[in-house]
Amino acid sequence: MKLKSDSLLISLYQEGDEEALSALIHRHQKELFTFIFYKINDEDLANDVFQDTFMKIIVMLKEGRYNEEGKFILWAKRIAHNLIIDHFRSKSKNIKVSETTFETDEYSIFDLIREPSENIEDQLVTNQIQEDLLRMLQFLPKNQQEVIKLRFFDGLSFKEIADHTDMSINTTLGRVRYALINLRKIMDENKIILTR
Amino acid sequence: MRKNDPLKVKTLKPKKETIDFLLNFSKGLEIVKTKNKNYPINKN
Repeated sequence: MKLKSDSLLISLYQEGDEEALSALIHRHQKELFTFIFYKINDEDLANDVFQDTFMKIIVMLKEGRYNEEGKFILWAKRIAHNLIIDHFRSKSKNIKVSETTFETDEYSIFDLIREPSENIEDQLVTNQIQEDLLRMLQFLPKNQQEVIKLRFFDGLSFKEIADHTDMSINTTLGRVRYALINLRKIMDENKIILTR
Repeated sequence: MRKNDPLKVKTLKPKKETIDFLLNFSKGLEIVKTKNKNYPINKN
């Protein structure tokens, strides 16, 4: 099992091989748990989020809803990231997690894609916003598209993006900042308003 | 190289109980497919 790729393990699991899931969890447990822990700094809560993340993954894999678009670990981190956001949102409506360190505006447009969907209407709006954002991203240079996807869709930290792309953290910060400025320009020029 | 580099990120891992729960959860999970929707049902 150790030598098998994530993709193969997922296929085996979907065919009913429970050992493949065990291998998948053991392979990624440290990276995913560390990712969660350093965002919330509470070991018990990190265990809860880790558990909820894999429960979602298990259900989605069994339902056949996983598509091989990216790396498994990035998908898992995105799910964990969204669960962490949901946790903080439900804990206190006053806690706002956004990229306001880079901007003077009241909100980050990327907060909009992280709202927990409660009903079909919410889901449709969330899907529409996500589609609009992905469409706008296509107008950015490739290197800016990459950092935005890693930061906001995959939920990676700046340090992780820097490691992933072989850039310094300062370059990463700058690139995300320029990408956000460019996105705002595109929105202004095209009179695009993203809201729910 | 410094042995205890304070900047080095410590790697952690989840509790064994968490992993055991997930493996049991998976074993007990059955997806009931209907015409329009999938329903995850836990057999445990």
